[in-house]
Amino acid sequence: MDKNSNAYTFIFAIAMVIVVAVALSFTATSLQPMQAENVRQEKMQNILSTFTGDSIIVEGEKVELTRAVASKVYDNYVTEELALSNQGESKDEDAFKINLAKQLTLDESEQTYPLYVANYQNKTYYVVPLRGSGLWDAIWGYVALEEDVNTIKGVVFDHKGETAGLGAEITTDWFQERFVNEKIYNDSGQVVGVEVKKGYSGGDNKSDNAVDAISGATITGDGVSKMMKERLKNYKPYFEKIKKSGKVAIR
Amino acid sequence: MEVKQQKEISKTDKKKEMIMFLSSSEEKEHFLSKANRKILSDPLNDNNPITVQVLGICSALAITVQLKPAIVMSLAVVFVMAFSNVIISILRNSIPSRIRIIVQLVVVATMVILVDQILKAFAYDVSKQLSIFIGLIITNCIIMGRLEAFALGNGVYKSFLDGIGNAAGYGLILIVVAFFRELFGSGKLLGYEVLGHKGLTMADSTGLYALGYENNGFFLLSPMALIVVGIVIWVQRSRNRKLIEEN
Repeated sequence: MDKNSNAYTFIFAIAMVIVVAVALSFTATSLQPMQAENVRQEKMQNILSTFTGDSIIVEGEKVELTRAVASKVYDNYVTEELALSNQGESKDEDAFKINLAKQLTLDESEQTYPLYVANYQNKTYYVVPLRGSGLWDAIWGYVALEEDVNTIKGVVFDHKGETAGLGAEITTDWFQERFVNEKIYNDSGQVVGVEVKKGYSGGDNKSDNAVDAISGATITGDGVSKMMKERLKNYKPYFEKIKKSGKVAIR
Repeated sequence: MEVKQQKEISKTDKKKEMIMFLSSSEEKEHFLSKANRKILSDPLNDNNPITVQVLGICSALAITVQLKPAIVMSLAVVFVMAFSNVIISILRNSIPSRIRIIVQLVVVATMVILVDQILKAFAYDVSKQLSIFIGLIITNCIIMGRLEAFALGNGVYKSFLDGIGNAAGYGLILIVVAFFRELFGSGKLLGYEVLGHKGLTMADSTGLYALGYENNGFFLLSPMALIVVGIVIWVQRSRNRKLIEEN
């Protein structure tokens, strides 16, 4: 067959595409379980690290909180996984499997919000998953609240495609440490989260609902502020219930 | 006379290099004829893709902040380049010349997706760090260049060696640059604190930090990668005089 003919070119192209498609889909399908497991373990690691930090105390010993460790001890510390309606009622759903990004596309009355209740060193923490958008793509994270459902114990942020050295700095410890002990309620009792403020001059003031921004990462910072405010607001009905009852509502 | 001497010197230099390169796989040495050895070792020095051909600079800037991603990126490029070269070389007599660039792109893209999937399954943390750049291997000029210039015209074994050699030459520079950037930028190598620990105050610090040393944050920014690459090129040319262009 003439190699320069149109027919040959088309046949070659079609054959190549089929071979490539089969090879790629085979690999993707066979590696999928391992990839999903990595994602699951990372989620557990993120939830735990909001209230334990980079290391965790397991049976009296301090160990580094790796993905493997996190998946082993997750059930010991996270005592409840709640799926809440926007009225603060718990629903009968597997909270861990809820895709928050998908939920946020629904009408607000139909949305379900996952909440993780953890018990670590005789203290209760409420871990709220966050999701928002940065400059280039999605940003997400978790924030752990102390028993008063107001003071932040710790946060974790992650992003898909923020600029390295600028917006991507939201994943670093020095930025996340600024949120520790900040309050999410303002003085008039509204949930406002924590604002990432440009030109912040509040110093170490932990009750002004603001932290210092990263220079050069204004839009990512605004994304973080908005994400904190909007997601935490959704949990207000449930938080009020906890405050009234003074303990965790049992499902 | 002088030129001849220089040639002699560079020849012995090259021999030394080859011996060093091959000492780890002596039993394989007879598989490598002199020409094949040249294919493998040329890109490490005399024809280095980054420092001599000045290709692939963009990725060299982006992923050399730390040593670990640089090493993983090098391995990924070795894999992609070697196997793309092999596949194109196998197909070289049947690829219709009108769509050869598209075929090359498809082959490279396939290899890159494979690498990405494998990293996601077995080296998740690294894959998160590298995700964007792994995708960008597709646009790495070195790879397309080798496919077009070498694999389309040479046999399978030679193409394989050429792929390994060029990717290793690229990786070598990446690792050298990353070594200096991580060492001076964050005082660490592969995440280990080699210059001592920096505490909150001088009294808490150990090693060089106790003497008042500070990390040079400039090394963490991309411009410094360009400067380090420039210094590498300078050092290489001052040692290997035949690389200097004559005006």
